[in-house]
Amino acid sequence: MSDHAPTGIKRWLFSTNHKDIGTMYLWFSFIMLLLGGAMAMVIRAELLYPGMQVVDPNFFNMMTTMHGLIMVFGAIMPAMVGLANWLIPMMIGAPDMALPRMNNWSFWILPGAAIMLVAPMFIGGDFLSGQGPAFGWTFYEPLSGQYGNLAFFVFAVHLLGFSSIMGSINIIATILNMRAPGMTLMKMPMFVWTWLITAFLLIAVMPVLAGVVTMMLTDKYFGTSFFDAAGGGDPVMFQHVFWFFGHPEVYIMILPAFGVVSQIIPTFSRKKLFGYASMVYATAAIAFLSFIVWAHHMFTVGMPVAGELYFMYATVMIAVPTAVKVFNWTATMWKGALTFEIPMLWSIAFVFLFTIGGFTGLMLGLAPVDFQYHDTYFVVAHFHYVLVTGALFAIIAAFYYWVPKWTGHMYNETLAQIHFWVSLVSVNILFFPQHFIGLAGMPRRTPDYAIQFADWNYWSSIGGFIFGLSQVLFLYIVIKTIKGGEKATDQVWESAEGLEWTVPSPAPHHTFTTPPEVK
Amino acid sequence: MSASKLTKKLGGLLLTALLLGPAMAFAEYSTLNMTESVSKIGQDMYDLHMLVLWICVVAGILVFGVIIWSIIFHRKSKGAKPAHFHENTTVEVVWTSIPLIILVAIAVPSTKTLLEYEDTTNSDITIKATGWQWKWEYDYIDDKVGDSKGIHFFSSLSKESNDARQLGANKPLPEHYLLDVDERIVVPVGKKVRVLTTAADVIHAWWVPELAIKRDAIPGFINESWFKAEKEGVYRGQCAELCGKDHGFMPIVVEVKSVEGYKKWAAATKAKADKAKAAAAAASGKTYSMDELMARGKDVYDKNCLACHGATGAGGGPFPALKGSAVATTGPVSTHIDIITKGKGIMPPFGAQLSALDVAAVTTYERNAWGNNTGDVVQPSQVK
Repeated sequence: MSDHAPTGIKRWLFSTNHKDIGTMYLWFSFIMLLLGGAMAMVIRAELLYPGMQVVDPNFFNMMTTMHGLIMVFGAIMPAMVGLANWLIPMMIGAPDMALPRMNNWSFWILPGAAIMLVAPMFIGGDFLSGQGPAFGWTFYEPLSGQYGNLAFFVFAVHLLGFSSIMGSINIIATILNMRAPGMTLMKMPMFVWTWLITAFLLIAVMPVLAGVVTMMLTDKYFGTSFFDAAGGGDPVMFQHVFWFFGHPEVYIMILPAFGVVSQIIPTFSRKKLFGYASMVYATAAIAFLSFIVWAHHMFTVGMPVAGELYFMYATVMIAVPTAVKVFNWTATMWKGALTFEIPMLWSIAFVFLFTIGGFTGLMLGLAPVDFQYHDTYFVVAHFHYVLVTGALFAIIAAFYYWVPKWTGHMYNETLAQIHFWVSLVSVNILFFPQHFIGLAGMPRRTPDYAIQFADWNYWSSIGGFIFGLSQVLFLYIVIKTIKGGEKATDQVWESAEGLEWTVPSPAPHHTFTTPPEVK
Repeated sequence: MSASKLTKKLGGLLLTALLLGPAMAFAEYSTLNMTESVSKIGQDMYDLHMLVLWICVVAGILVFGVIIWSIIFHRKSKGAKPAHFHENTTVEVVWTSIPLIILVAIAVPSTKTLLEYEDTTNSDITIKATGWQWKWEYDYIDDKVGDSKGIHFFSSLSKESNDARQLGANKPLPEHYLLDVDERIVVPVGKKVRVLTTAADVIHAWWVPELAIKRDAIPGFINESWFKAEKEGVYRGQCAELCGKDHGFMPIVVEVKSVEGYKKWAAATKAKADKAKAAAAAASGKTYSMDELMARGKDVYDKNCLACHGATGAGGGPFPALKGSAVATTGPVSTHIDIITKGKGIMPPFGAQLSALDVAAVTTYERNAWGNNTGDVVQPSQVK
């Protein structure tokens, strides 16, 4: 074979090709999305009506916990890495990633990690007995320390960390060393920029996460007391260390999404991205701020007032670079010549809905009001607006935008229109009312609620079921597009710019074996 | 529960949902905004919330307005030709500065409210709230208004709510479902109440929205915060930090009375506690019949043990079964009692919450219910 690639299962198992590995990352994340989504359906089914109808509270907690962990570590992060694998070499004119064998290893650690994460749910052979982690995706000590099978969780997180760190080193090495002649840093596509910054965030914080779970492990099995006050430790210290990882983590999930949208909006506005340089600086500013605001997740733990003031001021500062990004996207569309192909629809929805998530983020950042918002459905609504209608919408937009390049086929327009509009309406029925029930006083992570919260929970559940179902349609669209469809041109989109559009559709197994010249 | 049963249940539920629509939902659509507070500081928080909300609404209208304008008028199908501008330093500086100025403007009232909120000095009453899995324990430890010092009790989900919230109970939901307790805490109106929060096992959080107070209860640490209710009434809240299985079922109910009413309550509560103490002392020497112990034991079990060990003693998830277990059948009675009073693993100790009679009754109950039939009758005198 001219590609020198093995065939059959060996092609995937031993692949060092960035496109194959990218495809595997994307499929892995899709499977995880459906698994985590199925868990969300159980959550919404229990919350459809007040009273306990479907599962017991322990099982409910296991669902919320696994839903969060699977979506963050299994769906969103690997999807972004999958996009990075597919796109970064093609965007910078490189033949492949800098470290192809490590790339293979980065991916193949993931399924093992996922199995180890999910496995405890099946201990004893009865999935429904609820033996899995049920301590929330933030796994606060000492609650998580009560969990009998903690080691599974800890080692799963270690593996996820290995995978992320190796993936990030690879991305940084690729971007810094393998750009085509003439492509200076300030000529790189925004997606490449956002991923470069994200990769540094990952390398900085994944070891912190590994450290904190290791401390949990030794507390549980080797008699240390890092987080146990009775032994001189401090349960609040856990939260500080966790959120020192956790806050940059949320930007790890959203920065590549910013990159995706910054690629798509200019294409369909037929106009260059407004304020490229300020977009780069804003991304870097957000990344820097992400390290110094972590304790805004813990305003109610009883910090000294000076600490609360500092974290409040630092947190609301994030609104500045984020606003700059939104303004730049707006200015890009302004006086453009807009068309509304599917990727553009998802991107515009992203700008609107992510901004709503940004507004609630600003509100949550103000410590004295956060005392009322904290740990309510208002927070749930906030982070689902930034992660579902933010990160996930951008991933879906990216799929529709680049899938013609990946497969050589256009997606089915009618089905894709249905997918977009049904998702858009249902996701708002799902999450918007959660602002109301949160403000009205419903705490998060409870399997049941007082009757004044019944109406909006009902609508939220109905929206949830429809949104869940529409992602099954997405699965069908993905398979259909891979199998066939209208032939895509090499350029695909009328005014798309970038090196990836200069190669044939579908992109051949190896691209840019001789580097292109960038002027 | 088997997987097919779950599928059936889910299917049935979805079908009912589609057929009935929201007909089963009772409340009005009035719960759209933050709960207004009955304390001054809470009202400040509410006002701050409304201020930021409106700033966001206006900013949203402006930004979204520009995007919508572009979507309508700058579309290719209407013959729009793309402009060529793509950067402008002046514009960037302007739209970096505007948010910055707005943020500084918001920071001023936020700082003021925060400093006020964190000032716990000059309190009139101090109450310690200790979080347990899954109930609250209250100690009145200082009182400059009346004589409540020394009052101590546990407060759990009310029996009606507890019965109705069992999986598949299918009972009509009582008024104040999940927001009602067996023992309320009572405070006087217009007085500054300092609340010390801590926990016995994992982190909980003490939250009453209308009193605008939320503070984590952390094992090994004591946090302080305060509220001052300006209006008499009953205010309901919940634990706000995930604390395990029954996190959703440990509400908080605060009754704000007039100073007179509060003093009366304190005196009556103290008298009741003294009486209960005397009764417990008398009971510890008495001998009870199997029937008496079984009846009392069932009540104690339902309130304290059922949440984890189940209505039929079958356990579930990480919680072991009592039905047919060695501890509750063949094992020595003293070990059984020890586990109840001192706890084991993730099971909290119940020694401080239950009287000797209650422990004896629940031990008897567990050794004879659900076919355990050991015939053991445990007397309060056996409980140390």
